[in-house]
Amino acid sequence: MRQSDLKLDGNAIAGLLREIFTMEMTNAESTCAGCGKVHAVGRVDVYLNAPGVVVRCPACEQVLMRIVRGRGRYWIDLTGTRCLEFKE
Amino acid sequence: MAFISRGFRGKRRDTASGSRVPPGQHVVDDFPVLSAGPTPRVPLSEWSFSIVGELDEPKTWTWDEFRRLPSETVSVDIHCVTKWSKLDTSWTGVSVETILEGVETAADYAVAYCDGGYTTNLPVDDLRGRQAWIAFEYDGQPLDPEHGGPARLLVPHLYLWKSAKWVRGISLQAEDEPGFWESNGYHNRGDPWREQRYWGD
Amino acid sequence: MARAAVLGRLTWQLGEVAELIQETPRVSSLVLDVPDWPGHLAGQHVDVRLTAEDGYQAQRSYSIASAPESAQVTLTVERLPDGEVSPYLVGELRTGEKVELRGPIGGYFVWRAGDERPLLLIGGGSGIVPLMAMIRHHAATAAAAPVRLLYSSRSIEDVIYKDELARLTADDTGLAVAHTLTRSQPAGWEGYSRRIDGEMVAEVAWPKKDAPAVFICGPTAFVETASSLLVESGYDPAWIRTERFGATGG
Repeated sequence: MRQSDLKLDGNAIAGLLREIFTMEMTNAESTCAGCGKVHAVGRVDVYLNAPGVVVRCPACEQVLMRIVRGRGRYWIDLTGTRCLEFKE
Repeated sequence: MAFISRGFRGKRRDTASGSRVPPGQHVVDDFPVLSAGPTPRVPLSEWSFSIVGELDEPKTWTWDEFRRLPSETVSVDIHCVTKWSKLDTSWTGVSVETILEGVETAADYAVAYCDGGYTTNLPVDDLRGRQAWIAFEYDGQPLDPEHGGPARLLVPHLYLWKSAKWVRGISLQAEDEPGFWESNGYHNRGDPWREQRYWGD
Repeated sequence: MARAAVLGRLTWQLGEVAELIQETPRVSSLVLDVPDWPGHLAGQHVDVRLTAEDGYQAQRSYSIASAPESAQVTLTVERLPDGEVSPYLVGELRTGEKVELRGPIGGYFVWRAGDERPLLLIGGGSGIVPLMAMIRHHAATAAAAPVRLLYSSRSIEDVIYKDELARLTADDTGLAVAHTLTRSQPAGWEGYSRRIDGEMVAEVAWPKKDAPAVFICGPTAFVETASSLLVESGYDPAWIRTERFGATGG
């Protein structure tokens, strides 16, 4: 397996995000708390082969979100996402 | 109730080593690559390993200095919280006991920090006593960057997320400070034999 | 239909395999009857979940290959040699059996026939699958936008939907297809014979003055190469939508 193939994008967590937000989130716009760049959630870098899901900014590689699911619970860290904008 | 897929088993294989496999784990033959970010690539000439925090004088080793420390080869079983275990893995590294020799510290806690920003926290007691290593070879070969090379922490008695890849140092601390996964749902200690996967386990 | 396709809580449901189509030696399409399917958009995917008798589960995402106009849901799956789910879907699952899925999912990598911008699709390997849903949607609606597809495969045997793409091109639906075969080529091959590069993109892509809509899907390295080449050629990154296929255990 090539290392580069471990990096997916926000499309790969569309189902997980819809579990959490109960709506389609890949068109949402996320603002990186580190560099301030705005990206569609479908475009951000996603690492799935890990204990949890790690979402990173495609511009600066800072962590935007960490999502852990287990024992019937979610733990979601959005510290790295300054703003998440999406339609009602 | 989920629908049972006829004939589906997954990639797991049966193992006769039941007593060696912690609850909820299955044995794999391959070595899955887990990755929470891009693989850091630091030239050995720029690599160093440090002990910082609660000690009189921070200590730092260059790669060459680090490799001159006495090392040992160990065969251990490793257990990933994503439910695979791999038996009889062979690693060569410097024990953290060796690295902490002569270090006077009152710290009870440690945070391993890494290239790429990853951190994991452990009680100092889990690092001492020749049960934790800074490993630089796997199976007799230099550790592949995908598996944490040039060097990773190896703490096989805890879930593998504690065995931080690309480790660059250990910070000794008076206070416990949850790391990358421990601060977001994963268990603070992570003993696989007690199935300490998540907060509250 | 479109609204139902993107809103609401996801629930697992059962699809029954109506037909299995071997597309290439390693790739098969599963044509599924899914009761109460809410409809989907071209480019969306489903999550598939397999459960063993002892409760062990494995879950993967697969793109929908069928057009929104199709009553059935077709998934085209590449069997990965070290995979866990794909060898079951391609090889174990039989016609008449059921598989658990949820969807449709996704809203970013989606093309709607009402979009009149020229369409540029770039696919690598099984990355063709969501692009095929767009091509089928385009044909089914006789959409006005002209479509160019650049499709990279290893060999002629690995080209998924080869006959259907040739037929749609011949039928004058506004589709033009450029193939590149990166590893081996049959005698007399007239397409490209190399990895995607700047010259190839310049020949196939719409001129930047056309401000096309671009969808790129394939392995991560392929997607990053293709999108960089387009941006270097002057494309606005905002025109480009990408979806990376990765080896997440197959």
